[in-house]
Amino acid sequence: MTALPQTTEKKLGLVIDLDTCVGCHACVINCKEWNTSNYGAPLSDIDAYGAEPVGTFLNRVHTYEAKSEGCNAQTVHFPKSCLHCEDAPCVTVCPTGASYKRAEDGIVLVNEDSCIGCGLCAWACPYGARELDKLEGVMKKCTLCVDRIYNENIPEVDRVPACVRTCPAGARHFGDFADPDSNVSILTAERGGMELMPEQGTKPVNRYLPPRPKTDITGEGKIDLLAPYLEPMQEQAGGFLGWLDKALEKI
Amino acid sequence: MHPAPSVIIFTSLSGLGFGLMFFLGLGMPEVTGWTAFWFFFIAYALSVGGLIASTLHLGNPQRAIKAFSQWRTSWLSREGVSAVATLLVMAAYAIGLIFFDTNLQIAGWVGAVLSLLTVFTTSKIYNQLKTVPRWNMPLTPVLFLTYSLAGGALLAGQITMAAILLLVLTALQLAAWQMGDKAFANAGHTIETATGLGKLGKVRQLESPHSSPNYLMKEMVHIVGRKHALKLRAISTMTLGLFPVAVLLFLPFSHALALIAVASHLIGLFTARWLFFAEAEHVVGLYYDKR
Repeated sequence: MTALPQTTEKKLGLVIDLDTCVGCHACVINCKEWNTSNYGAPLSDIDAYGAEPVGTFLNRVHTYEAKSEGCNAQTVHFPKSCLHCEDAPCVTVCPTGASYKRAEDGIVLVNEDSCIGCGLCAWACPYGARELDKLEGVMKKCTLCVDRIYNENIPEVDRVPACVRTCPAGARHFGDFADPDSNVSILTAERGGMELMPEQGTKPVNRYLPPRPKTDITGEGKIDLLAPYLEPMQEQAGGFLGWLDKALEKI
Repeated sequence: MHPAPSVIIFTSLSGLGFGLMFFLGLGMPEVTGWTAFWFFFIAYALSVGGLIASTLHLGNPQRAIKAFSQWRTSWLSREGVSAVATLLVMAAYAIGLIFFDTNLQIAGWVGAVLSLLTVFTTSKIYNQLKTVPRWNMPLTPVLFLTYSLAGGALLAGQITMAAILLLVLTALQLAAWQMGDKAFANAGHTIETATGLGKLGKVRQLESPHSSPNYLMKEMVHIVGRKHALKLRAISTMTLGLFPVAVLLFLPFSHALALIAVASHLIGLFTARWLFFAEAEHVVGLYYDKR
């Protein structure tokens, strides 16, 4: 049924550290590799080696620049996948019951045998977490690697989502947000983990850790030993070049 | 949003068809035999044709039957259920009028109510989406219902009623465009709230996550078609109601002129419905620094 569970026993999800992510896209690739060969239909690519390749991915890494007046611009790499919202609008719009949120762990899944590929759930998602697979005609989305995290046939160290397992920077963390002592709950509390587009009222489970403030290199109010060596270069050239510059200005 | 022909045809034609059924159900006009047959034929061709068009964009239409199951939660499912209920109830009413010269008026009234309910559920499919602020306004269902009633009255030959409804419709459509233009800004979604990076300053996209447009961008970040939006709004405003009303009220009635009025209304309807999709901005566009 496409009704949402009132509460879920666990709230499994991810913490993504925007301070640590280096934008290498390894999580994108490992996600694609694992999910194209396991749960549900494969993630197809069309015209993969042509002029306009297009394919189904469950995780994408955006890159943004943030800049405020008088400060240096800051680059932020921004991985984005399903946030497994508590109030998931994608689930309730589904006409067939293919989309559902699990009462036991809060994972939002698609039963592909029931999916008619109408695309309404992708319209209902503010985050662009769902992509319709062109070849299979069914909706694909992050499963939180449900076929890894409970899989007793793989070593225990691998029982985390593929994106988390592969991240070389340690920017992705997997855990239970319902447990206040879990790694993800502690990270969220300590670093001010934030929700994306909270005004949509979706109550996302996944949290994003904001980039830490950059070190103040202006040295205002502090003694900076390096400052004298880093003084700006003389803007006006002296000597012959200075004379030439002035002479040319006057012409 | 991508203005897919399947959804434009679906919402336009089925709206018209159910609008005509509403009036037929109320006995406006009172028809029997062959006349009734042609009226009901048009109503069924439009509504069923529209519904069939809607299945064309499905990835797996062979499982469409499952879409009737989730009426407790899903407006799309409710739409399917009420459409089928309407078609069945109206079939009993139509068969009585066409073949037995019998007026099953109760079935007609129930069918009329169900017709409007179906149009309402269609509008809710779009209206419910908080992700598309232009659709997420209380005016959207009102607009869809007025479209259906005005077009239905026109097809049912209810000249005075049609004239009034077409003018109301034109005013409502103009209002919807005006309010819709402000809806996204009023909803308060920005690239800063989408990324949560507002504290760092003004945010812009530095690099796209993929090198060519993906499903999300093709489906929900459709921006190419908006160039001529203003001209299309003008065309729709003229043809939707003003021209048909002028033809109906100021020229002596003939079937040829009625046909011209209907054709004009159809042009206005399709244009407005194309704009309904093409101008709608989905919040996911913020992640691509596009709307």
